[in-house]
Amino acid sequence: MKFMLLQHYGRVEGDVPPMSQWAPEDVEAHIKFQKDLNAELRERGEFVEAQGLTGPEMAKFVLASDDAPIITDGPFAESKELLAGWRTVDVESEERALEIAAQASEGPGPNGVPLRQQIEVRQVMAPIEPSE
Amino acid sequence: MTGPAARGGGLEDLLRGAAPRALAAVVRRFGDFADAEDAVQEALIEAARRWPTQGTPENPTGWLIAVASRRMTDKIRADSARRAREERIAAEPEAGPAAEADDTLALIFMCCRPELTPASAVALTLRAVGGLTTAEIAAAFLVPETTMGRRIARAKKTVAAAAEPFGLPAPAERKERLGAVLRVLYLIFNEGYAASEGPELARAELSAEAIRLTRIARLALPEEPEVGGLLALMLLTDARRPARTDADGELVPLDEQDRSRWDAAAIAAGHRMLNEAVAMGAVGPYQLQAAIAAAHDRARRPEDTDWGEILALYGLLERVAPGPMVALNRAVAMAMAEGPQAGLALLVELEPQLEGHHRVHAVRAHLFELAGDVPGAHVEYTRAAELTASLPEQRYLTRRAARLAGGA
Repeated sequence: MKFMLLQHYGRVEGDVPPMSQWAPEDVEAHIKFQKDLNAELRERGEFVEAQGLTGPEMAKFVLASDDAPIITDGPFAESKELLAGWRTVDVESEERALEIAAQASEGPGPNGVPLRQQIEVRQVMAPIEPSE
Repeated sequence: MTGPAARGGGLEDLLRGAAPRALAAVVRRFGDFADAEDAVQEALIEAARRWPTQGTPENPTGWLIAVASRRMTDKIRADSARRAREERIAAEPEAGPAAEADDTLALIFMCCRPELTPASAVALTLRAVGGLTTAEIAAAFLVPETTMGRRIARAKKTVAAAAEPFGLPAPAERKERLGAVLRVLYLIFNEGYAASEGPELARAELSAEAIRLTRIARLALPEEPEVGGLLALMLLTDARRPARTDADGELVPLDEQDRSRWDAAAIAAGHRMLNEAVAMGAVGPYQLQAAIAAAHDRARRPEDTDWGEILALYGLLERVAPGPMVALNRAVAMAMAEGPQAGLALLVELEPQLEGHHRVHAVRAHLFELAGDVPGAHVEYTRAAELTASLPEQRYLTRRAARLAGGA
């Protein structure tokens, strides 16, 4: 069964500045953590994909209307609620997906302190009829 | 990446058939499953490259064994610690063709070791016995090739660590492990049958492969009625494939299918096989499921369905293999046989063991609809659609709910 582990900009414990303001070694440590986690999932045969999105500054909202579609540019007041990226994993059980999410939540922030970022775990619907 | 279409159907079938025989011979001779599997896979790639231009050898399996054995020998030579074993094994005689089905089944048993997760056993069986490439298996399960490669490599390591001598397990152990083997074959079949997305070719191929391997298992274990039962179940189910999707690829429920498009020959073969299995006198869950499929297949129109028989079969199935899905299906059969109120009453009775199962809502919705309780059915269809993890089922349930809301 496949699960998406979604990360949002906000939803971290305490007050953490944007990554662009971190010390370079903290940024490196964070990137290494993400790459290592992907490598571990690949090794276990569970990795499907990992994607990061461009920053909230680049986000646009589109709304169809009677005339031309209405396009809203950032910055947005609620940018912390925007999606930052996701991992998709193919695992045997929901428990295993939650375990990976807990691991992802521990990614290091400034001074190596774990971010404890809330990870949203969603099962991807299978293109298959349920058999049991 | 070379797909089956690019390789050509004839060559593909030839390789698919020869692969497990070659692997069995190489494992038998050299004893090392993981290395042997690599060597045969390399030989298959070599064959796919050479045969189309240089012609197919007279004895394709022999060719694959020779090429794979040469690779094994090269590897063993590089590893001097293994030399003694090579000499000992080389002195042993080769197996004759009569042992082919046994050999293939022995490989399936190796690939379905109880330590492996179902997903790993499925992937390993498809590669080692089915002769599919890692890329083809990855495409069928919609994961990257590297991920599938690692999954297979880990599974091979587990099989190697078990250090089981090559051959069918002893009868007592075989009985115990047959369940896991049949389950993996059924999972492969179902993955190919029940999927609504992914490449059509890959899906049909998975089901065909499961049927082929189950046929081989039946040849090797003719005295096991559940093997025949599983094969009958697959044939009787697969017979409906031409009618179960519409022009847009959406699933068509059983009672709305054009039954003239069912495969009559497959149904007849399934019936025959089921009768032979049942005559052996040890009824098991696969035979019962096949009997239920047969009862559906016998009905020329939905209203001809013998729901009384199906209800009785679900009752038996619940006794030998209880589970929430069986209980739910029995409630549906009860409703069809004796009216929706009887089905709903049974559902209430079963409530404790069905607690939290998402399909309860789908079944209750269906029974409410049959009973004419439109608002109740609408609520339950909506709830079922919210809880399912299956995309085709969600589409179906949402449509049902919307249809009722429109008519209410």
